[in-house]
Amino acid sequence: MAETAIRFSGVNKWFGKLHVLREINLAIGAGEVVVVCGPSGSGKSTLIRTVNGLERVQGGDVVVLGESIARRGVNLPALRTRVGMVFQSFNLFPHMTALENIMLAPMKVKRVARPEAEKLARALLERVGLREKAANYPANLSGGQQQRVAIARALAMQPRIMLFDEPTSALDPEMINEVLDVMTSLAREGMTMMCVTHEMGFARRVAHRVVFMDEGQVVEEGTPDEFFRAPKSDRGKQFLSKILTH
Amino acid sequence: MNYAFKWSVLWSGQSGAWLLQGLITTLELSAVAWLIAVALGILSGALRTVPFRPLRWLATFYVEFFRNVPLLVWMFFWYFAVPPLLPRPAQDWVFNHGAEFWAGTAALGVYHGARMSEVIRSGIGAIPRTQFEASVAMGLTTFQAYRLVILPVALRLIVPPGTNESLNLLKNSSVALTISVAELTFQTRQIETYTAKAIEALTAGTLIYLVLCLSIATIMARVERAYAIPGLISRTQAG
Repeated sequence: MAETAIRFSGVNKWFGKLHVLREINLAIGAGEVVVVCGPSGSGKSTLIRTVNGLERVQGGDVVVLGESIARRGVNLPALRTRVGMVFQSFNLFPHMTALENIMLAPMKVKRVARPEAEKLARALLERVGLREKAANYPANLSGGQQQRVAIARALAMQPRIMLFDEPTSALDPEMINEVLDVMTSLAREGMTMMCVTHEMGFARRVAHRVVFMDEGQVVEEGTPDEFFRAPKSDRGKQFLSKILTH
Repeated sequence: MNYAFKWSVLWSGQSGAWLLQGLITTLELSAVAWLIAVALGILSGALRTVPFRPLRWLATFYVEFFRNVPLLVWMFFWYFAVPPLLPRPAQDWVFNHGAEFWAGTAALGVYHGARMSEVIRSGIGAIPRTQFEASVAMGLTTFQAYRLVILPVALRLIVPPGTNESLNLLKNSSVALTISVAELTFQTRQIETYTAKAIEALTAGTLIYLVLCLSIATIMARVERAYAIPGLISRTQAG
């Protein structure tokens, strides 16, 4: 990869006495799609949350699009406009319609005029296949639809990087694919993506690289082919045997 | 029972004018105090949840200091203790513009602001933390996240306890009679003094308070339904 979008160098973090991130070194190139997987409690969600400063690092640094996140006085709101995030629990704002959810950040952060913001929001809804749901409130959308709106909302800021923190873990099985399809098309368009997910099929088809974490460490990384065919570490083998047998 | 009812005392002489004056003063006192209470309540309730410790402490100090002293003591404090502390021109202004009224308003507003603060804090506490994270993750500042997402949702959630607190404020405005604010209860006492008809005077006062509070409760129930967040249980329960 020519250009580095995210670089973790020597990242450490503790929750009390628990050492949740141990010396993480990892670089994600522009346009790269990286899937981070690992058992529950391995620190993968904490890691992805350091990228936009939802978790502060206590040692080392994360450099995102050339900006150091650990630097004192870093302008997090400005950085976050260039890094979109999609959460496990969708987190649409319940008092706004789907359209208003998408229009909010462009209007309030980028000061885009309302008609323009609405045009953009409708185009994004179209793109995630929910053109006719513009006026619906989150409560009147299915989980899969809510998550697609959440992706559209993150894209409304025209980010350079998209972070996905277990985007399908709260979904019923029949809704997982509609979300993965949107993510796949985003990857095909060249978006830089960091995805924490248990969807190994998605990792296989779409990811350029798989990072396997356990106990706060990056245990191994490689192409999906390498990792799924022949994991180098014992912990990787164990993990795969657990999730691929059912 | 040898009490001779004489309801006509309520509309003969000056009684009617007094009751009307009292009602107007009660409404003015409560309305201004309510605005103060809501402003202070939203501000301190929000500050108690922000990720910055000194601001949380400041808001906690306000709430605990003002809600843990009786309202009656605050009335005396604002009326007798505060004006001498003001600079001379401000003192003159206050005493020429109804010092009792402004002291009563301040006492009621600041005291109920502290109580309103707890109501609003509980509303914010009912919102998942991830809503705040989603807001700032798209570039909103903490202030914007509170103004555009957290508070609009919290305020919708706290309409029922907020109404309760507002009715308490209206009823507690009667305590202002102790510093001679000529509000509704003050005026019913006056009618009683002039006519010696306690039951009639108190009945009039009681009915006026009852009608006022029931009207507010009815209006707030409508507000609750109009602004209900789609999909929340409260929508089907309201009214």
